[in-house]
Amino acid sequence: MPSSNEDIIKVSGLTKRFGDFTAVQNISFDVKHGEIFAFLGPNGAGKSTTIKMLTTVLRPTAGEIFLNGHDVARDALGARRSFGIVFQDPSLDDELTAYENIEFHGVLYGVERELGKQRAEQLLKFVELWDRRNDLVKGFSGGMKRRLEIARGLLHHPKILFLDEPTQGLDPQTRNHIWQYIQNLNKEEGITIFFTTHYMEEAEKVAQRVAVIDHGKIIESGTPDGLKSKTGTSSLEDAFLSLTGHELREEAATGADHMRAGAKVWGRH
Amino acid sequence: MQAVYIIWLRQLKRYLRSKSRIVGSLGQPLLFLVALGFGLGPVFQKAGGGNYLDFLAPGIISMGILFTALFSGIEIIWDRQFGFLKEMMVAPVSRLQIMVGRTLGGATVAVIQGIIVFLLAFLVGFRPEYLTAWTFLLALVFMFLIAVLFTALGTAIASQLDDMQGFQLIMNFVVMPLFFLSGALFPLNGLPSGIALVVKIDPLSYGVDGLRHALTGVAQFGFGTDLAVLALITAALLGLGTYLFSKTQI
Repeated sequence: MPSSNEDIIKVSGLTKRFGDFTAVQNISFDVKHGEIFAFLGPNGAGKSTTIKMLTTVLRPTAGEIFLNGHDVARDALGARRSFGIVFQDPSLDDELTAYENIEFHGVLYGVERELGKQRAEQLLKFVELWDRRNDLVKGFSGGMKRRLEIARGLLHHPKILFLDEPTQGLDPQTRNHIWQYIQNLNKEEGITIFFTTHYMEEAEKVAQRVAVIDHGKIIESGTPDGLKSKTGTSSLEDAFLSLTGHELREEAATGADHMRAGAKVWGRH
Repeated sequence: MQAVYIIWLRQLKRYLRSKSRIVGSLGQPLLFLVALGFGLGPVFQKAGGGNYLDFLAPGIISMGILFTALFSGIEIIWDRQFGFLKEMMVAPVSRLQIMVGRTLGGATVAVIQGIIVFLLAFLVGFRPEYLTAWTFLLALVFMFLIAVLFTALGTAIASQLDDMQGFQLIMNFVVMPLFFLSGALFPLNGLPSGIALVVKIDPLSYGVDGLRHALTGVAQFGFGTDLAVLALITAALLGLGTYLFSKTQI
């Protein structure tokens, strides 16, 4: 087992190419045990591609990733036992109820039955979906689905928690509420948090360290204060803009987006 | 084991909740039973083939299983599309467990569908004297083998597809030929040698033949051959499906 002051996430020389396009180019970074780490970048910068490689669902073109001491390329299952993730895109089963989605997650992650029940109730009450627990998810609004995804992601307490734009589309009250819960988890259970967000004030408030990625490369990393003084700005948002420029970005449509469009044509959901 | 169970249970819940899909998928088998069963019955009888409905019903039951099983396998594309596949792929369970859970789930659903078609056939007049509780049990074994085989095939195909665009292609060039060239509708004796060869290559032929043997006591390849061929191809496709699925990236 790695000692507590060792880096729990170690990435070196990570690269991902899709044909001619290089989405992630030779990036390296470490995240310390128990740290809250923000991974920031404009749309299409390579954040999600990096998270996919970190979470074992996309194979890197080159480079190494160690999660909690497990080499992701050789021991994907060991790596998967070390983390949990809240995805940016929807990942619920619409044909199951809110509770069934949570229950499914608990069983997949081997959460002990009684503990799972307790936490499921606590979390569903926390995101204010307890009264709707027996309703099918397909009837939920976008915000409700988002809250359910977060509740589900927090059910098992992993060593590392990846949060890919977890609070996107939620109102400020809910965002605050959720970040408090996550910070608590981090403090009490020492869970390492790795998250992405477009809300810079959120990153400034909760992250102990940030890395800024653009065009597939990490252009700066350090504490929020360090970044501000380096760029001579007064907020992380200004520091971010001064590092990445002001032009607007397009995100390439993924295969899943094409399919989602296709599904509408087919008239399912 | 728990992971396999919950994945199996999910498939079953999804099936039981889609009432319109269940009802909708019974229209085709019913139409085949009525139109072909009664339409070609007299000709078949005159040609000395005996009761055509008795001959046809096992074929149509196989058809119901084939369609449902293959679609259950292909459904993994929907899972990918609606994001739920990610939830399974990042979980600390092996790809084999996911594959086994999904395949057993899809196969269970397909067997239920097969039993419903059997009941439909019974309503239409399918009453083979050969049938006993024991042979029905044997029929269930064959239904299950057909179901597992084609769920695994569906998964193998789906892992190579990005979206449902190719679905029509699969229907026309995989599913329909598998069904029409399986001996589900016609006996094998006296076929032109080209067709006879194709029928012998089609794995569904052995499923139909085994099922027909279990339900009506008539078999053309022989019971042992049916069981051996089905079991072998099922094992191979399960292996292939698992391998291809384990290569899936998101």
